[in-house]
Amino acid sequence: MGRYIVRRLIAAIPVLIGLSILLFAYIRILPGDPCVAILGQHRTPAACAALREHLGLDLPLWQQYISYLLKTLSGDLGSSVVNSQPFLGEFLTRFPGTIELTAGALIFSIGVGIPLGRLAARKVGGWVDGLITGVSLFGVSIPVFVLGLALVVIFGVILGWLPTQGRIDARARFDATSGILLIDTLFAGRLDLFVDVVRHLVLPSIALGSIPLAIIARITRASVIEVANEDYVRTARSKGLKEKTVDNRHVMRNAWLPVTTVVGLQIGGLLGGAVLTETVFVWNGVGRWVVDAIQNHDYPIVQSTILVFAVIFLIVNLIVDVGYALLNPKIRYQ
Amino acid sequence: MFRAALVDPQIARASRGLWGDAARRLRRNRPALVGLVCIVLFALAAILAPFISPFDPYAMNGSSLDAPSLTHLFGTDLLGRDIFSRVLYGAQISLFVGVGAVVLALVIGGVLGAIAGGFGGRIDGVIMRLTDVFLSIPSILLAIGIVTALGRGMVQLMFAIAVSYAPTFARLLRGSLLALREADYVVAARTIGASRMRILVRHMLPNALTPLIVQATLVLATAIIDIAGLGFLGLGPADPRTPEWGTMLVDARRFMQTAPHIVVFIGGAIVISAIGFNLLGDGLRESLDPKLKR
Repeated sequence: MGRYIVRRLIAAIPVLIGLSILLFAYIRILPGDPCVAILGQHRTPAACAALREHLGLDLPLWQQYISYLLKTLSGDLGSSVVNSQPFLGEFLTRFPGTIELTAGALIFSIGVGIPLGRLAARKVGGWVDGLITGVSLFGVSIPVFVLGLALVVIFGVILGWLPTQGRIDARARFDATSGILLIDTLFAGRLDLFVDVVRHLVLPSIALGSIPLAIIARITRASVIEVANEDYVRTARSKGLKEKTVDNRHVMRNAWLPVTTVVGLQIGGLLGGAVLTETVFVWNGVGRWVVDAIQNHDYPIVQSTILVFAVIFLIVNLIVDVGYALLNPKIRYQ
Repeated sequence: MFRAALVDPQIARASRGLWGDAARRLRRNRPALVGLVCIVLFALAAILAPFISPFDPYAMNGSSLDAPSLTHLFGTDLLGRDIFSRVLYGAQISLFVGVGAVVLALVIGGVLGAIAGGFGGRIDGVIMRLTDVFLSIPSILLAIGIVTALGRGMVQLMFAIAVSYAPTFARLLRGSLLALREADYVVAARTIGASRMRILVRHMLPNALTPLIVQATLVLATAIIDIAGLGFLGLGPADPRTPEWGTMLVDARRFMQTAPHIVVFIGGAIVISAIGFNLLGDGLRESLDPKLKR
């Protein structure tokens, strides 16, 4: 197992190098004078000089790249050209919001998607199956932000059941310690605020979770159907086991494997979708920050966010693969 | 004679060729037909927009935020422009940019995948690491990065979306080619001394195309959604007056409380086109898969 993890880590190195070259190039292919392109209206002679110094624009390209790489590795991910705030500090205050949203979406998509998939697989071709297939088709075909807007109109504007903006009641006086409000409110013993945070989380989670929900439901359905036709399931049934036992012990235990992989693959899409969801729900996370950065032509922020999201994606995939290897001994010995 | 004897009479049937056979099974696949209807609707709206639009999509033709009526089927927007006409022209943009992006992605991904899967070795390793790099970036963020670097515009939009899907196509084609390497007819061609290039182009590629076609159809659905997403983030066509669906939704969002129908009409157009390509893609997968032959 240890050797497998080491091998996977080594395999990630060329990807990280490629990623760094790509993002290094990104800042440099911006059209025109980099000073004008990056600083735009915020440029002053002093800021220009500082930027040239920071990017090392007078040095040969390979030296610029090495210095970018070293800076990145030492945790210096650049700073905003709008307010000169370093990237990392700002990122860390906003990232908990994105984690909370992504977790909410993941819980929603798994919690609803897997039961739906199992239900559909129970009677293939029945009306329940048809309905669920239709729902998942709709889920992959509706853009996150259109669904988000629709949810805002229905549950926020017309019915008035749930809040549609922000992460917590704006009037709430509350000091967040970890930034993940679900945990913070709970530890502070503020149950009222905890409920408020959950209520804020419902609609964005549904909007962001719709695509993974559809994919998870589909793969669960397909996987359960496939396993249910295996000989050992027929054997289990014919030896008189209760249907529930057959389901839990023989079918699901084997059907889990493809489902886990697919769940892991959703993380990249969720982080990307968060950009749009946070915009719709005025959610204070990394996604909305990036959108603001795009509008302000704050390229270093865009550059470093892409880097961090890609690294997170790689790490999550590694964890998923390791988990998969733990669940499925066949993988380990390849 | 021999074959007839070997084949179970229940399975034996007249040969129709892959496409004829697929078309026949597609006609029996009701969801795929519904998808086809959606696509035809979408394509007709796009192609016929200049002829059937009741109004100029850029001109003011009514008062601000009119409710839907017989003159303005979908109502008017803040500037009094006819939303129905704008939705029709929006189909044109989505179709043009979406198809352009997918074709471009197929070309880039196809060439890379063919080289990787056809030749293998070191070049295969390099191309696969390259796709790993691009696949590690969430696709919408990759597209955002490209559009911000190249500037706003339809061609840039097309290119950005093409780049984010090309790696998927490259991997898919490479995978099919690898699986075909040991196929009997490929081994046979190699044995009679056919060149590598000839084997790749004449024997392997035609047999590796079907998964690519299925995937391209499904990606068209996501591409349409992504175009609207970039437009919604303010990264659509350079001219903000352009009737691009995502760009229009930015305005529609501001009047969600008073005129929610605008979001519904524009969102509906996006959903119908995406559903069309998703259904057709699934149908194609089922009808092109020889394992499902009846």
